[in-house]
Order: sequence, then structure tokens, then C-alpha cells
Amino acid sequence: MSNETIAETAAGNKVLDIEAIRNDFPILNRLVKGHPLVYLDNAATSQKPAAVIDALVYYYTQLNANVHRGIHTLAEEATAAFEATRDALRQFINAAHREEIIYTKGTTEGINLVAYTWGRKNLQEGDEVIISGMEHHSNIVPWQIVCEEKKAVLKVIPVNEKGELILEVYDQLLSERTKLVSVVHVSNAMGTINPVKTIIDKAHAKGALVLIDGAQSSMHLDIDVQELDCDFFALSAHKMFGPTGAGALYGKKHILEAMPVFNGGGEMIKEVTFEKTTYNELPYKFEAGTPNIADFVAFKPAIEYINTLGKENIRKHEDELLSYATRKVTELEGVRIIGEAAEKASVLSFVIDGVHPQDIGILLDNKGIAVRTGHHCAEPLMNRFCIPGTIRASFAVYNTLEEIDKLADGLKKAIRLLR
Amino acid sequence: MAAHKSIEEIEEEIVDEFSLFDSWDDKYEYIIDLGKKLQPLDDAFKKDENKVKGCQSTVWLVADYQDGHVIYKAESDAVIVKGLISMLIRVLSNHTPDEILNADMDFINKIGMTSHLAQTRSNGLRAMVKQMKHYALAFKSLKFDA
Repeated sequence: MSNETIAETAAGNKVLDIEAIRNDFPILNRLVKGHPLVYLDNAATSQKPAAVIDALVYYYTQLNANVHRGIHTLAEEATAAFEATRDALRQFINAAHREEIIYTKGTTEGINLVAYTWGRKNLQEGDEVIISGMEHHSNIVPWQIVCEEKKAVLKVIPVNEKGELILEVYDQLLSERTKLVSVVHVSNAMGTINPVKTIIDKAHAKGALVLIDGAQSSMHLDIDVQELDCDFFALSAHKMFGPTGAGALYGKKHILEAMPVFNGGGEMIKEVTFEKTTYNELPYKFEAGTPNIADFVAFKPAIEYINTLGKENIRKHEDELLSYATRKVTELEGVRIIGEAAEKASVLSFVIDGVHPQDIGILLDNKGIAVRTGHHCAEPLMNRFCIPGTIRASFAVYNTLEEIDKLADGLKKAIRLLR
Repeated sequence: MAAHKSIEEIEEEIVDEFSLFDSWDDKYEYIIDLGKKLQPLDDAFKKDENKVKGCQSTVWLVADYQDGHVIYKAESDAVIVKGLISMLIRVLSNHTPDEILNADMDFINKIGMTSHLAQTRSNGLRAMVKQMKHYALAFKSLKFDA
């Protein structure tokens, strides 16, 4: 990355140089339908800085070898680069041990891993799992599957009109029967930041474990799994400037050690005979098969990129974008914001009277503006608000106030055409 | 009635009309206008069995068979989709099942609407055309049964 992404003001305050940051992301230079790309779909996936793209090329041109085996130089160097990301991730979320970081394909696989291994082993008939009404399908369906199989009961913390969890009902749902609580840290559809520390403490008081879906939060909030005291935390590289197909599941060491294995194959074994196979140690017992080496190698510069900018600086800029966008969009006639929680991160979801979100999405795309329209893989949440979907603009550190002006202008023109 | 015009002729007409537009804005304005003018479908037809359900908007499609010709009616809750439907109906409606089944619908590419065939917009043209051809096939087999 360029060294000028952080400038110092006369008063000595650190501020981000957004233009310099934009230069680190090659894709932001492209045109869409003849217009400069305005990328406001960051909650779906973030763009990648040159450092990440370069690391992918470097890996395939200089390092490519299978990891954890072979004594030749390439194998050693590839393994070192692959494992260095684990250390960076440990530090990034402040896990106590590097072996608490399990490599996955992403958040979805992390949640499935817990459901299929911990869930199948520990859930009994009549046990309860609590999720929330604002979960992504990936934090609903795995629990439905395992609960059905084990005859356990899935309970849901409801969402209020502002898009916040109703914690009084959570208190009532919690009981000695609760075995696991799995909730999203930041809602992908509304941007709500959930009070996960409170949720975790209350669950622990009843003896239940807690999984936090950190897909959206990892890029925006400081994550300290020891301070949160969560038992599991799942994240995806691609939502934090890293490559697709790479992610991590954090789990407390003693819990992971007691869990059965997930996939069987190479890497995850210690010894194999036809009579009995013994399993490898953490984290490898959960990492069967040749992993997605290149993408994990390129995940590290993404983490470093966030660290260099500083999450506090990132958040400050994103908060400014969010409040400016909220103001501009609210000014338009007939707009209703979906999700007005007191604590929000970087997502603006809304509906417009008499206009279908899809029509807006198509017309904005025609101006080079990328937003997401639809149910955002959170159909139960859309049903809660009695809407088929929303228009969602989600911001990252490289977005600018000018881009939000373009969004507002594009919306204004689209509404005029469509009404 | 456009029955005397072949599907290819109608397609050609649409391609000619679109060639007059200089910009994408104009094309979309035209499609939105078509959408707004599409005759609404009777509420009685707006039931699940008539849905061509996709990821984002809902499309209802019904077909009737009169004197060897298939007559389509459709509606959507999204205006641009309605405009696209309106063109499909203009092209395919009031033709025989065989003519409909043989239509290559190349005009969609020629007017630059290929992106609406993308998988992510499965409720767009692709699913619509498929459903319209299903109806044609059903009416065709009906014909032979009788």
C-alpha cells in the first residue's frame, strides 16, 4: 500500500487520506456503463487492495507448493506464508492461542462446522438453541438442520420496529435448556450493532455457549474474543478486503479439543490404519484436504491493510458516510429507512413508496452505482417488516461523500422515472 | 392483431425501434413506459400457481389457447420487468405453439438487454421465456391429444 494513506492534521490528529486509499484499490478506476464505478455493495463483498492482488500473484509465481508436507524449499516457504496468516488473525481478534484459529471457506462454513460437530455431539432432545430474528440464512439453516435431527428446539429473539433485538424477550427465552446462542454481531441487512457482550454474559450465566457471526463486524469493529468471552466467532476474508473462499472460525481451545472432527481426509489425521485412525491436533484436525493456500496467503495483507488504517479511523470515516447518506436519502420523498438502531455500522437499507427495489437497482446500475436490492438472504427479517426486500447501500473506507451525492442524485432520477 | 406478422418480423420491428435510442437512459425510459402501459392482470390470476418466482420481483403469467394460437397475459410488481414482459408478449402472443417453440428471441441481445438474461435475474427474461414456451408445449400436446 502507499504510505500516504494516513495524514496528520495541523493539530496532530490522524486522518485518512481517502484519495490515497482509493488508489490502493485498482477496481475503483473502472467504468461501469460509461460511468466511474460507485461501489456501495460492501456488505456483500469488499473490494481488494493491490497488496492482496499482488500477494495472490506472488504466491502462484514464487511459492506454489502444498503445505505441511514435503521438505523442499517451496513447501517450506508456502507453509510459512500460509501459517503467518493464522498468527495475524490470532492477533486481529486477540485469541489466546494460534490453534484456536480454524481456517474455513468463510463464515457460513464456520457456523456449519459448529452445528455439525459440536451440535451433533452435544444437543439432545428438548435442548434449545437461540438465534435472532435478524440472522442471515447461514445462521438459521444449519441450526434448523441440526435441531431437527436432534429433536432440539430453535428459538428466536425478536426484532423491534427500529431493528434492534428485544433483549427482554431474550431473557425470557434463556433457560437451563439453552445449550447454544448464535447471533449476528452486525446485521448485514440493516447494519444494527448487537450488544453481543451482554448477550454472551447472559447466556453463560445459564451455562450456554455463544457463537458470534462476525461476517459484517470484523471490518468495522474492534474484535477481542477474550474480552467478549464468546465461545465461537466466525468471519470471512472477502468482507475485509481479502480474497473469497477464505475465512476463519475461532473457538475456545478446550471446546475445540472436545469437539468431533468435521471432514475426514488428509491433514486432519495423525495415524491411519484400517482398524483405527487417530486425529491430528488443533487446528489441523478441522482442516482436512489441501486448503485454499493462495487465498489464505493473500488474506494477511488484507488484515495488515486494516491494521495500518486503524479500525478507529475506518469507523470514523464510515460513520460520517452513513450519517450523510442517511440524511440525503431521508430527504427523498416516500423513503422509509429499515433499521434505525441507535448503534449502526455502515449499512443503509431502505424502501421507497410505490417503487420496487429491483427497478431502483437496475437504474442505479445504469449509472455505474452498485447497490444491493432484495431480501439480503434474511427473509425472516423482511417478513418481520412486511416487505419483499430493500435497497441497501453499504459503505467501506474508500467511499466518499461525492459518491453518496451520486447515489442520492441517481435515486432522485430513478424515482421520477418510475413513479 | 399482429397474427399476420411473423415472430421474426415483430422482433425486427422492436430492434428498429431501439436503434433510435441514443442512450441507455432512453432505452430504460421506453421500457418503463411500456411497463406502465401493460394491461394489468386480473387479481384472480395473481395466485401462486401462476407465479414465475425469482429472487427479487414477482411475475404472474397466464396463457390461453384460442383458434390454434397462444394468448399470453402477465404482470409483475416491478415496472422494468413489466416493460420487458410487455415486449415478450408482443413478440410471442397470438402465434401457434410451433412458432413460439421455434422462436430464438435474438432481439433481446440485439437491443442490448442481454444482462437481463443473467442467472441473478432469474425472474427476468430467461425464466419468462422458458415459462412461455412451456405453455406453448403444453398447448401443442393438448392439440395432439384432441
